[in-house]
Amino acid sequence: MCGIVGLHLRDPELYPQLGRLLETMLCQVVERGPDSAGVAVYGDRRRCPEGHAAVSVLVPAGTDFGVLGLPELLVTEAGDTTVLAAPVSPDALVAAVRTALPDATVVGSGTDLTVYKGTGHPRALAETYDLAAAQGWQGLAHTRMATESAVTPEGCHPFSVGPDQCLVHNGSFANHATIRRELIAAGHVFDSENDSEVGARFVADRLAQGEDLDKALRLVCERFDGFYTLLVTSADGFAVVRDAIACKPAIIAETDRWVAMASEFRALADLPGISDARIYEPEPERVYHWQRSIPLQGQGVTA
Amino acid sequence: MTSTLETTVVDLATTSVRELNAELHAPKATHYAVEHPQGAHAIAAGVATPITVDVRGHAGYYAAGMNDGGTITVHGNAGTGVAENMMSGTVRVTGDASQSAGATAHGGLLVVEGSASMRCGISMKGVDIVVGGDIGPMSAFMAQAGRLVVCGNAGADLGDSIYEARLYVRGTVGSLGADCVEKEMRAEHLAELAELLTAAGMAHDPAEFRRYGSARRLYHFAAHNTY
Repeated sequence: MCGIVGLHLRDPELYPQLGRLLETMLCQVVERGPDSAGVAVYGDRRRCPEGHAAVSVLVPAGTDFGVLGLPELLVTEAGDTTVLAAPVSPDALVAAVRTALPDATVVGSGTDLTVYKGTGHPRALAETYDLAAAQGWQGLAHTRMATESAVTPEGCHPFSVGPDQCLVHNGSFANHATIRRELIAAGHVFDSENDSEVGARFVADRLAQGEDLDKALRLVCERFDGFYTLLVTSADGFAVVRDAIACKPAIIAETDRWVAMASEFRALADLPGISDARIYEPEPERVYHWQRSIPLQGQGVTA
Repeated sequence: MTSTLETTVVDLATTSVRELNAELHAPKATHYAVEHPQGAHAIAAGVATPITVDVRGHAGYYAAGMNDGGTITVHGNAGTGVAENMMSGTVRVTGDASQSAGATAHGGLLVVEGSASMRCGISMKGVDIVVGGDIGPMSAFMAQAGRLVVCGNAGADLGDSIYEARLYVRGTVGSLGADCVEKEMRAEHLAELAELLTAAGMAHDPAEFRRYGSARRLYHFAAHNTY
């Protein structure tokens, strides 16, 4: 199974409500994956202040972040995940983490993105992440019914393997081992045995080569066999695609104020203005892609 | 639950679906209204008596599943598997229906006033389905009996591996699935289509439809099907 919810806000007046809306959506897909949950929030300036980079990490308990040698480091502990933010570039912060904390797993990085992963009941995890108080312009969440690898924080979605990028997946890829070998041969390093990470690394690889989200996802349809409903986000994009058989559910709702996607309608039922929304199911192998228009890319919310 | 002379109102904001369905399985009234469905699953599943149920809002998975004699209306959209395995009665969706509407249903009438998504009527076994709008790809897959009427367009692979069942489509067909072919529209087909459209409350002229069904070439093993 697995549950997916995502919300892309068009109306900045809703930015302060992003976390609360996303938490309500997440709690409606608990039954689709009650063992673990991951969340991504774009533009939460509580945890990734303006001019900072944020890196989300899974680290052993009691890790001393002082070894990073960053005096202005902002540390937010949220269960299994710790979010580190500092006024440096994302690459510099990731490099510092990898050098000073070799046991850490980086599960997200960027100038706008904070990622949280953990095992446990999704409702409790939402509290651990303090999701209801999160602000921002875009977010997504995933509840995982594990099939291809163990229930661990590393196995949680979203998979965020490129700057400000996230991928969540409902389904299972059949030929992920083949594509994993190709990506490893091309120099990619994997953090988990999860099939969905292969999808995320494939998309990140295409984006790094200059293709846009739309093209990258059309290439996913060409290369990957198996079942998938994917929600993929980037620094300024929000996209949905399903495989040719499309047996993994997905529903999209749009209003002038937001675009929302979920596994089931009940996750959308409490969104403001849902009664006037355009509601539809994405067609097989068609990429649905929204680009952030306002405000300018990179701007977020100051709490 | 609040009752008036005619209607018992069940508010799912304060009552569980389990409580609702327990009441509908041993009904003390003949007409029920369900408020605040909010996409909950299995609303009014397993109704086995000729009661009337009006669901006022969007329903989730398997709404009116296994209906046997009830008249159930979803005033909104319905999720996956609306009226799946219906035996008899009428289920109407005033909005759109998600995947697998009327799956495996043996009898009764399912009306979707809007459009139905993929796999509408999959493995249908005698149900009549009338869709006011379009149906998605892979509809009537392995259909065994019954009638499917589509007033709009049908998606790709219509009627793939169909055994029997008669498919009437007013608009375009994305493509026909394996062993599904267009068939002649004879007087008896126009007559039954007129009846179905009337029963569903649709005003289209039967002459605007085309009929599709099984070529019956997959009933037996054939050497050319070997790999």
